[in-house]
Amino acid sequence: MPSSACTQFLTWFTMNTEKDKNKTRRDFFKVSATVVTGIAINSVFVKPSMVQAENEKENIKIPDFDKWYGFGIDIDKCIGCGNCAKACKIENDVSQEPFYFRSWVEYYVIKDDETIKIESPNGGIDGFKQSVPPDEIEKSFFVPKTCNHCAKSPCEQVCPVGATFLSPEGVVLVDKKYCIGCGYCVQSCPYGCRYISPITHTVDKCTMCYHRLKKGLPPACVEACPTGARIHGDLHDKEGELVKFMKEHNCRVLKPHLNTKPKLHYNSLNEKVI
Amino acid sequence: MDPHSSILYEALSKVEGYIYPNEVSLYWGILIVLYPYITGLVAGAFILASLNRVFKVKALRPIYEISLLSSFSFLTIATMPLIAHLGQPFRFYEMMITPHLSSAMAIFAFVYLWYLMVVLLLEIWFDYRKDLVAWSNEKKGVLRIVYKVLTLGVSDTSQKAVAIDEKLGYAITVIGIPSAFLLHGYVGFIFGSLKANPWWSSVIMPVVFLFSAMVSGIALVLFLYMIVAYLRKQKLDMDCLDSIGKFLFYTLILDFVLEMLDTVHRVYTAEESFDILSVLMTKLVVTLSIGQVFFGTLIPVAILGYFQFRKPEDHIRRAAYFIISILVLAGIFCMRWNVVIGGQLFSKGFMGFTTYKATLFGTEGLLSSLIIMGIPFVIFAILLWLLPPWKKQDLVHY
Repeated sequence: MPSSACTQFLTWFTMNTEKDKNKTRRDFFKVSATVVTGIAINSVFVKPSMVQAENEKENIKIPDFDKWYGFGIDIDKCIGCGNCAKACKIENDVSQEPFYFRSWVEYYVIKDDETIKIESPNGGIDGFKQSVPPDEIEKSFFVPKTCNHCAKSPCEQVCPVGATFLSPEGVVLVDKKYCIGCGYCVQSCPYGCRYISPITHTVDKCTMCYHRLKKGLPPACVEACPTGARIHGDLHDKEGELVKFMKEHNCRVLKPHLNTKPKLHYNSLNEKVI
Repeated sequence: MDPHSSILYEALSKVEGYIYPNEVSLYWGILIVLYPYITGLVAGAFILASLNRVFKVKALRPIYEISLLSSFSFLTIATMPLIAHLGQPFRFYEMMITPHLSSAMAIFAFVYLWYLMVVLLLEIWFDYRKDLVAWSNEKKGVLRIVYKVLTLGVSDTSQKAVAIDEKLGYAITVIGIPSAFLLHGYVGFIFGSLKANPWWSSVIMPVVFLFSAMVSGIALVLFLYMIVAYLRKQKLDMDCLDSIGKFLFYTLILDFVLEMLDTVHRVYTAEESFDILSVLMTKLVVTLSIGQVFFGTLIPVAILGYFQFRKPEDHIRRAAYFIISILVLAGIFCMRWNVVIGGQLFSKGFMGFTTYKATLFGTEGLLSSLIIMGIPFVIFAILLWLLPPWKKQDLVHY
């Protein structure tokens, strides 16, 4: 993160070698004070999101301060094919090991005796097998999951260095070059959406395919869904597909009591869904 | 397949119920168990020292320096397990130069430095300054230079200067008590403030951590005092031992009452997470019911309680205190284990469990943890050699 203080320091350090003899203690303290103040200002006011925002200025409309992205998920339409989870892993180079998922699908079976069985073998990528005898099933359905991109995200709150941040468009992102891999955000996420990548040793999670959004494309999971169960859109756009979907259905979010303000809105969400 | 993956595949095969797919792996292992354990020892040992200095508990005079030096020894390595467990350990400094102020964890480095630099180092320095000057004059060779450096060039040992040392040392101890509370209460807050995890999320977590810290710190000093006296073939001061025993008894009871309050509250309110936490407690039976509660709390409380009314012969009490110190130290370690590991065994969806298997080798292995735990004892031994409390001018009866 370049700042004027750092630049000043570097200039002083490289340019004044011949004049060093004439430097007084006062000069030294002046420069030291400038550098320290610069670092302090840098630490307090410059956040990774701002740096990211600066970097993205060259690109088109990103960050777009007018947008407020979210997801809609129509549980009635999900057939549990797992294409979304598979597409996510391919698009984002997520480890193929079955312990790391940015996106996955859960299969719920509510039995006659009101007990519940939940499965997500390999995140649903390889599809599902029916393990409960059909005559014992009262109800069954699939629930696609991914980061909720919470407006009041606990992960962003607890990150000790600010490597996790909420982008101006409402996307929770991680600066991998900055993350120290402490895992505090993993512990704070109530939805189990984060993991420490075995490749980068930093935290990893759904980025809402931010790199695709920049090109005006939808997230990979949305594009790969054959039934249109995943809807991505701008929650500020009153005429948009997502807002329309939310108007037409009784949508709910996961764990509303935690007050994290998730932006993943489910239609037909059963109360048993965790 | 790399060893980490094979452990994860084994854990995956042992998953009970349903857990979110990212929850198979425990991201905080034994190193994070050591972190609150070590900071607890630091805070507890310091508070014991302050009982003598600020609250004038004269019986504790013989262990004043031992408390301070042991606290310092553990504080020097308190960040080691934290940094070692990071995915990117070489970026740890980011926490200090660009702290994210809304994060409970970000402030640790500052609390730590405050405690190390302002409280412990200064207090030890003021306490030893007069002796450092004397030793720098007496000793020869390298030691002389070391002591000279340690005096920081202040060689005034006039009565007036020593009186100022005493006053400043006292003031620092007074500041140190809330700082010790802050250090460990704060560590409790790191866990207690995570609303996603009902095993951790508790408003009294910082207070529980604080009292458990005092318990462990007192037990540590009791243990070290007896070991040092044994190695130096010195007689133990029974008044001092009984006083430590008395304080250990009271803090153990307070700690236990607070933890029981938390448990009773959870059982009575029986919130959403109650079912999964009840099962979790049965899974932690070795470290919780047996380690933490029975051997780590009830047995020591029973024996120490008995000593408050009846005083068996000295040698019996000595043996009992020694065993109690080890039991309590192990019990508090179990408590940290139950918090850190226990809190990650169940899914945040409350529908299943994963397992934890500690490995012998590797950064997160048992061996590295043992080495980290061994280092403060070596530092303590070096400090005792360099700053022997029994050679201080104002303490001849040691």
